[in-house]
Amino acid sequence: MRVRILLLLVVAVPLCVMMAKAAADGAWLATVPARDHEKTNPYEGKPDAIAAGRLIFEEHCAKCHGPNAEGTKKRPSLRSERVREQATAGDVHWLLLNGNMKKGMPSWAKLPDPQLWQLTSYLKSMHD
Amino acid sequence: MKIPCAPIFLFLSFAVPLFAQERPYFVTYSHEMEEPGNLEIEMYNVVGNPPGGNAFFGSTVEFEYGVKAWWTSEFYLDGQSTQNDSTIFTGFRWENRVRPLMGEHWINPVIYAEFEDTSADKSLREVVGHDGVPDFSDSNAVARLNKEREMELKLILGSNYRGFNISENIIAEKNLANEPWEFGYAWAVSRPLKLAASAHKCAFCRERFQTGLEMYGGLGDRHSFGLSQTSHYIGPTMNWTAPNGTTLSFSPQFGLNDYSIPRLYRFGISYEIEQFLSYFHRGGSQ
Repeated sequence: MRVRILLLLVVAVPLCVMMAKAAADGAWLATVPARDHEKTNPYEGKPDAIAAGRLIFEEHCAKCHGPNAEGTKKRPSLRSERVREQATAGDVHWLLLNGNMKKGMPSWAKLPDPQLWQLTSYLKSMHD
Repeated sequence: MKIPCAPIFLFLSFAVPLFAQERPYFVTYSHEMEEPGNLEIEMYNVVGNPPGGNAFFGSTVEFEYGVKAWWTSEFYLDGQSTQNDSTIFTGFRWENRVRPLMGEHWINPVIYAEFEDTSADKSLREVVGHDGVPDFSDSNAVARLNKEREMELKLILGSNYRGFNISENIIAEKNLANEPWEFGYAWAVSRPLKLAASAHKCAFCRERFQTGLEMYGGLGDRHSFGLSQTSHYIGPTMNWTAPNGTTLSFSPQFGLNDYSIPRLYRFGISYEIEQFLSYFHRGGSQ
């Protein structure tokens, strides 16, 4: 009996840790509905939108994600390949709108939609 | 007890503020929660002159903290000053708001629970039951004898559509001293003057202003539900968020029947400190 419990712990604990890590590593991407995934950014390619997005980032996001989005001790970097390449503009907009509340990322629905797209423009424009 | 104000003001002056994007509501709650780790300090005031009573100034200081992305906790201290009478501390409130649904939907529910211990309160943070002009006719000395220990529940429903925020609150309040449940409502709608942000820093850009309309009132109690002998108010509301993170709000509100105070003037100021607890960690804030 004890061996079974031990075996269960040996398997279950690392599995839980792996699942939690997977969730923190962008599992949200898989939950974005197809319709949102395919949305295009109405501000795409507009330098003014990137500049406005940077100001929004400084006001709302920099404290958690770092002044240059490089991440902090507890919050992830947004200068990642996932944000820049893997996620579409629609994915990033969806995450900003809905948040990832169980992981501590709040919903930014209080910002008007155009500002969420401006913020998306800025996040997608960043390089390592 | 003397409260050491200097260190508090010194701390606040060095704390990093945030462009809070507050809704310009005084009574109605929207479904939007405080960001986790942020502390918002707010002061809301109301001035009124009830017929047959003395003019009053009600004030509330609020400390709103984002415990989780889906859970906000808030502590209030209330006080009031009545002309030709006195200035008194009227009590405290503690509330919690929880979002049961993660993510944004067409209608977003929030569950609200509050405990309050007040007496002679004139802050008018909600109107329920048969609250109205007669409640303001007693002197503070008499009104203070009526201790109100109440439990309040709200269902907050909020939606964002094309830049508009539409919020509705359904209120049920119970005085724990064996009094009937009292009911009330509040709704509000607001919108920023401009939806997209400017590409340069500015203090008076249109997106920093929000305007709207707010209405609230009582719906009687368990024994006499309805609009009879209830008060109702409506008024335009607006706010402006300064670049340093301070939000100023103002709303003139008008009583809709004889049971209501004819005019209320509400104004408020709020200030948000990002990641409040990080100031107490080693290395300070980042």
